Amino acid sequence: MAKINMLQAINDALTIAMEADDKTVLFGEDVGHFGGVFRATSGLQEKFGRDRCFNTPLTEQGIAGFANGLASNGMTAIAEIQFADYIFPAIDQIVNESAKFRYRSGNEFNVGGIIYRTPYGGGIAGGHYHSQSPEAYFTQTAGLKVVVPRNAYQAKGLLLASIRDKNPVVFFEPKRLYRASVGEVPEGDYEIELGKAEVVKEGTDITLLAWGAQMEIIENAAQMAAKKGISCEIIDLRTLAPWDVDTVAASVKKTGRLLINHEAPLTGGFAGEIAATIQEECFLHLESPISRVCGLDTPYPLVHEKEYMPDALKTFEAIKASMKY
Amino acid sequence: MSNATSTTETVHRVSFLDKDSLSIPILKILQADGTTFEKAVLPVIDQALAERIYDTCVFTRVLDERMLGAQRQGRISFYMTCTGEEASIVGSVAALDNEDVILAQYREHAAIRYRGFSTEQFMNQMFSNEKDLGKGRQMPIHYGSQALHYQTISSPLATQIPQATGVGYSLKMQGKRNVAICYFGEGAASEGDFHAGLNMAAVLKSPTIFFCRNNGYAISTPTSEQFAGNGIASRGIGYGMHTIRVDGNDMLAVLAATQQARAYALEHNAPVLIEAMTYRLGAHSSSDDPSGYRSKEEEAKWQQHDPVKRFKLWMMNKGWLSESDDQGLYEKYRQEVLAAVKVAEKLPVTHVDEIINDVYDTPTPRLKQQLATLKQHIKKYPDSYPHSAGRV
Ligand SMILES: Cc1ncc(C[n+]2csc(CCOP(=O)(O)OP(=O)(O)O)c2C)c(N)n1
Repeated sequence: MAKINMLQAINDALTIAMEADDKTVLFGEDVGHFGGVFRATSGLQEKFGRDRCFNTPLTEQGIAGFANGLASNGMTAIAEIQFADYIFPAIDQIVNESAKFRYRSGNEFNVGGIIYRTPYGGGIAGGHYHSQSPEAYFTQTAGLKVVVPRNAYQAKGLLLASIRDKNPVVFFEPKRLYRASVGEVPEGDYEIELGKAEVVKEGTDITLLAWGAQMEIIENAAQMAAKKGISCEIIDLRTLAPWDVDTVAASVKKTGRLLINHEAPLTGGFAGEIAATIQEECFLHLESPISRVCGLDTPYPLVHEKEYMPDALKTFEAIKASMKY
Repeated sequence: MSNATSTTETVHRVSFLDKDSLSIPILKILQADGTTFEKAVLPVIDQALAERIYDTCVFTRVLDERMLGAQRQGRISFYMTCTGEEASIVGSVAALDNEDVILAQYREHAAIRYRGFSTEQFMNQMFSNEKDLGKGRQMPIHYGSQALHYQTISSPLATQIPQATGVGYSLKMQGKRNVAICYFGEGAASEGDFHAGLNMAAVLKSPTIFFCRNNGYAISTPTSEQFAGNGIASRGIGYGMHTIRVDGNDMLAVLAATQQARAYALEHNAPVLIEAMTYRLGAHSSSDDPSGYRSKEEEAKWQQHDPVKRFKLWMMNKGWLSESDDQGLYEKYRQEVLAAVKVAEKLPVTHVDEIINDVYDTPTPRLKQQLATLKQHIKKYPDSYPHSAGRV
């Protein structure tokens, strides 16, 4: 097994998927010869030709609509949205069209072959428009799957599973880990099942739940807590829609406490949905209120990025508060 | 008429039109050696205007060079230059009234400079310090100033285009003798917002100048992969708009076109589209390396069309500028920019209380509570929040 970073793992997954199925095409802004602004698609145009890996004009609305058309007619469309902050011009095509193609046509047509890949999240001094975590806008949309990997190994396996899934998937890539996260990744083809959370570390006192780049944050917080004698169970949700209620509920029944961490603002964030569901499933097992450590209810600020972020220290404080409750 | 098109000719045999049916001339006034074309009709320009234009160009060159350097030294996080496109930006803003409203894309800092944005104000924004008008919320280069009628830059591309249509319409409604001007790249012109904005402007008769800097690339994507038609100008015509294509490296051509566009927009309460053919000499931004997608020869070829040099030669031919004036100007701005960097980087960043201001007109109770909790936390761990720990 080779040690590679997340971008290389993504590139690897895309290569495998395109080799395996010549009806798979990949497109987006700057993804062609240049290989994308983050270089996730480097070398793919050379390998698969300009018909299968190409630059589009600069229009996310167009990219998503085009993907809908391709996929509705039997192709697999891998569309890159250059930054998750710029997915909003495409939201009508994704939320009203991709998500509902199958349902509204009585399954006469579907666009299951679509995957929207997009880098999300902060921590890169990107300010407002290069830092947002818009996953909750999509988790409310029936018909879409929403997936967020936390490291190179996950990225490759989840991406391959997403590409082959029979439903449109929005795949958020944690850009601050693109190069920072390096790990062992098998060379061949493998998939990680969608809709399944992973218990990353077992513990007894409190369950910590996150996804994507925030996994690193809760792992650090768990180490701080361990020094105070608190044993944290750590879960990576991996797929947000549909999410793995059973794994999370089983863990909370064991530990009696739950903390959810995400970078998006608190209000209307996906943590609220998880908290409500787990409260229903585990009410009699809970020893403290479910705790949320999230972004502030403000747009993402440049200069106060550190203050805005739901970092390890804030998480650590919330763990202690939960234990003391 | 229910289907108002201007076609009058009828034919009785299938005959398609294509992009070559539309021949769009390009306005050129200034030659490479600084003389004007023989039959050229010059814009309205006197020595004072020429000097203000040139001064803005030199400042911008110096700023771009120094701040790119500052970015490489890690003093600021990001930078974007407008090198090679100065004539498009300065030539157009110089044709406007100071109260015409500017909605820019991000590469038009020369325009806000022309209006009077000070060197300190540039630095305050780039260093996100407590004097930044934008309160440290956006990345470097996202300038804006109400006093200078320059709306604050937003990164999502093309969003300013339909907004400009609305601004232009509002100026008309308010009875002002002013127009809106909207800058954008040929890449941004692919966005849905571009089409919506132009169509609305033409139909609703909004006095707005749509100014496209067609600089050859959108990050790595060349125009050949951006559009197949006859540039952006053909779209103005398609939307029923008064349209002109100019040499974007020719200060006088841009100035002339924009002066007349403005007069037309005011007289007819109608939009105008200007397509300036230019070239992005620098990288897309400080995060980009153009060697991955274009050749050194291509860049060298365009170096020879340097718009600032061409205008300088014209000024010198007129006897309005000497080589030593020119060197003095560069030297003055080099020192001024350096001194301003030193001051701006020492000022503290925007106060942490600003994190919740301006989300709404007044912070909601929930936001106030979040700020209070945040400040308690910072007090507990001052070392982890060095920007704000000293002032909570
Ligand atoms: C909606 C949206 N999509 C993508 C981006 C990322 N992006 C920033 S600049 C740029 C290229 C813009 O090219 P162009 O409009 O031609 O202007 P230029 O940079 O050449 O001046 C892209 C794709 C963005 N800012 N907004």
